Order: sequence, then structure tokens, then C-alpha cells
Amino acid sequence: MAAEQALPELASVPWRRRTDARWLLRWGRIWQAWTLLYSVPFLAAGAAMLWLAPIAAPVALIAIAHAWIIPELYAFRGASVTRPKGPRNERAEHVAQGLLADLLGHDERELQRRTGLALERGELGVWLVGEAGALLVTPGARRVHCFCVRTAEPELPPSDRVAHLLLALRVDEEGFATVANHAFAGAPWRVRRRMPQPMRPALGAARHAAR
Amino acid sequence: MARLIRMDGTGHTTLAQWTAADDARFAGAVEEFRSAQQLGYIGTVPEGPGQATHVRELPREADLVIMRRPIAGG
Repeated sequence: MAAEQALPELASVPWRRRTDARWLLRWGRIWQAWTLLYSVPFLAAGAAMLWLAPIAAPVALIAIAHAWIIPELYAFRGASVTRPKGPRNERAEHVAQGLLADLLGHDERELQRRTGLALERGELGVWLVGEAGALLVTPGARRVHCFCVRTAEPELPPSDRVAHLLLALRVDEEGFATVANHAFAGAPWRVRRRMPQPMRPALGAARHAAR
Repeated sequence: MARLIRMDGTGHTTLAQWTAADDARFAGAVEEFRSAQQLGYIGTVPEGPGQATHVRELPREADLVIMRRPIAGG
């Protein structure tokens, strides 16, 4: 890739390998294996306790609850990258919203106004860009990667924060994914149920676009 | 008329406007571009749906150049 097309921020993370489709596929599988690794033992322990000593049912239920709660906490962490963060800066938001709208197509603009997330089609999949993070729905819509990434200027209005991330993503998609911190990978339904209600239609639209 | 804008706490600020034929105004825009770069801003040219380019020098023919802050993993 020519230096002019690479994201300048890559210079701040020289130790990271460039995030491409293969990296995402491998990382998605690792997350899947990891989820099984910390869920199945709790389920097995719970089932074994019920079978061997039904009197231990309360403890078995606690073990089974762990098998449910821990994956939920990870999914919550992933979905949290889309949550609005920082000051709202209401006075400047109207101006910032206008600039962001100019960067988006008609349908994406309407979706962003309703949900706060900007949908962007890329080579790696379909992105949903928020104020302080982004979701990537991979082709086929079977997996979502959650990235924590933000601009360092906290006083920016929310739409400017989205525009910052959107422009960086458009300059260099793989570079954007490399600079961002990977927070979670999993099935879309796991992320969706932990997203704020008004944002959920954006994930539906991204899944539809990624199919 | 081409515009150089900076995303900031006000939404955005227009730093300069120029036409390709007006050397004096373009030179002023270049000054503004370099000043913003020295403050840590990054020049980006939106190029239609899904495309943008990072620029180190102000392109005379661009319609819109946006100065943005660097991003980082959160």
C-alpha cells in the first residue's frame, strides 16, 4: 500500500500486525473457541452435580448461571463500543450533523439520524460507526467484530466524532481496524440484545447489507 | 469554490476558501493547512461514497479538504 493511502495513525501502533480478512477470521474462531471453553465446563459441572447428587441442585444452578452470565458479559463489553460517550455539545451538534450528513448517502444518513450509527460498506464487511467505536459485520452476516476506537478530542460534538472515524475508515479500512482495539467477536444476536434499543435497527440493516 | 475546514468543538470551522485559478487565495489556504498540521490535524479529502484520501499537501483541485484529529484505540 502506498504511504499516501495508509492511515497515518498506524505509526502509533508499529507492533501490530495489519488487520485483514484472514486475521478477522482467525480471531473470530478464537473467540468462538474461547466462549465454548469457559461455558461448557460450567454446564458440564452443573449437569454432573444434578445427576450425581440432586440435592446439590442450587449449586448446579449457580454453575449453569455462570455458563450464561460470562458470555453475556463479554457480549455486553462488545456492544458497549456503540454506546454514546462523552459530552453531548448540543450547541455545535447541529453544525456537525450537517457535515456528517454530507459524507453519507441518503439511506445511511437517515439510519444515522435514527440510530446514531453510520453504515459503511467496506472490503472487510459492513461497518457501523459510532462515536467511540465501530462494529464490523463480516460477509455472510454470521459474525460481528466490535472495535473500540475514538478521537482524542473530547469536546467534539458527537457527529464530529463519528465523522472522524468514518473518514479514517474510508482512507484505510485495514489500517482503521489495526489502530482500533478489538473488544469482542461473536454472533450478531449476542451483540444486538446488549445494544441500546434505538441502535438495534442499525445492526439489522448492516446484517442485511452483509448477506 | 473549494473549502478547507477543520472539525472542532464548534462543529466545524472554515479555515480557507479558494479557486484553482486564484494563486493568492490558494497560498493563504496552504498556510492554514500547514498551521493546522502543526497543531496535529490530519488532512483528508472525501472522494465520494466510501472513499477518502489522506493528504500531506493541500491539493489545489480538491473541492473539500477536512482537517481531523488522529484516532486511537479506546
